[in-house]
Amino acid sequence: MVGEPKFRDVNMQAVLGWVLRIGVFVSMIVVFIGGVIYIYRHGHSIADYHDFKGVPQFVHTIPGIIHGIATLRGRAIIQAGIMLLIATPVIRIIFSAFGFILERDWLYLSITLIVLAIIIAGIFTGSAG
Amino acid sequence: MSVIVFTLIILVGSYFAGLLGSLTGLGGGVVLIPLLTIGLGVNIHYAIGASLVSVIATSSGSAAAYVKEGITNIRIGMFLEIATTAGALVGALLALVIHAPVIAIIFGVILIFSAFMSLRKKSEVILQDEDPWAQKLKLNSTYPTSTGVVKYGVRKVGWGFVMMLFAGVISGLLGIGSGSLKVVAMDSIMRVPFKVSTTTSNFMIGVTAAASAVVYLQRGYIDPGLSMPVVIGVLLGALTGSKILVRAKSTGWLRWVFAVIVTVLAVQMIHKGLTGEI
Repeated sequence: MVGEPKFRDVNMQAVLGWVLRIGVFVSMIVVFIGGVIYIYRHGHSIADYHDFKGVPQFVHTIPGIIHGIATLRGRAIIQAGIMLLIATPVIRIIFSAFGFILERDWLYLSITLIVLAIIIAGIFTGSAG
Repeated sequence: MSVIVFTLIILVGSYFAGLLGSLTGLGGGVVLIPLLTIGLGVNIHYAIGASLVSVIATSSGSAAAYVKEGITNIRIGMFLEIATTAGALVGALLALVIHAPVIAIIFGVILIFSAFMSLRKKSEVILQDEDPWAQKLKLNSTYPTSTGVVKYGVRKVGWGFVMMLFAGVISGLLGIGSGSLKVVAMDSIMRVPFKVSTTTSNFMIGVTAAASAVVYLQRGYIDPGLSMPVVIGVLLGALTGSKILVRAKSTGWLRWVFAVIVTVLAVQMIHKGLTGEI
């Protein structure tokens, strides 16, 4: 980018591509490690998903998941990986916002922030009920 | 069934769902959800949660490859993401109150529509329109082809936005990428060139799914034990699919086979929904 003072769409696309690739790769490794531990510890339990009962308490809250990871509980590690995966497109949006700032495209910075606000609204709507 | 057997069956099933979804462009969810619910008796809420997670993985994985090639129109994507994420949020909240049999019926109907859309002959017109909204929003752009850079314009931005709102609701309600609805909005309504609309739709699917996934996550729809083999299987299947697509000359016959399978699954979902067996 020497002699190329203006940050352009092409640069932004390359950066976004990397954000997505790293996000998917890292979260899949975490899910896989958690999966191996889960199968090792619970492989012979009975799988029952017929009735909807929500998820076990220790994977339902952030403190629960952190405690679960510390005690090497497979499902807590899987859930952390899944959260990382869900965060990947959201991180992509945050990077786009910076990209539009560098391009001085205020219209698209606003559009990006609206999308981000809708997702954050979802985080609060979910916990309200 | 023991966890280990259950996990292996789902891993293999999800692999083929991801493979077919990628080869036909319909996405893994359309086969995955009937497989989990009808085939393995999984509750539809868990199936939707797990499918949604796999949608994020495949969409983000393949979007990474496409954005690098410079075909994806990031501005069209970002602008329409306002509609798809808002819709997805509504869809996820609706899923909390709509009864499972009704969700199964809606799923069947969307499935048949997607199968029909995948068989449609594509006619492409490159517009050089001066749509005032497209200009204001800087949506007109260019994309690289084998014969050089092609300039294109888009039209009917407002209608495209409304269609995307609907695509978002369906994605949030059913846990699928609803790529076929996104392509209708971009191809048929806005006249975005086919290659651009496909890659831009893929780019948007991950963000759309993330908007409803945050709601599902908090309601306990995303079970780690079930989602683990689903997301790994679908992602590996989709990767294999994309490798085959690069080499394959024509996937016409495959689309027909898939459309038939999907229609059979759709009829089953509708039947189970009507009889309240789901």
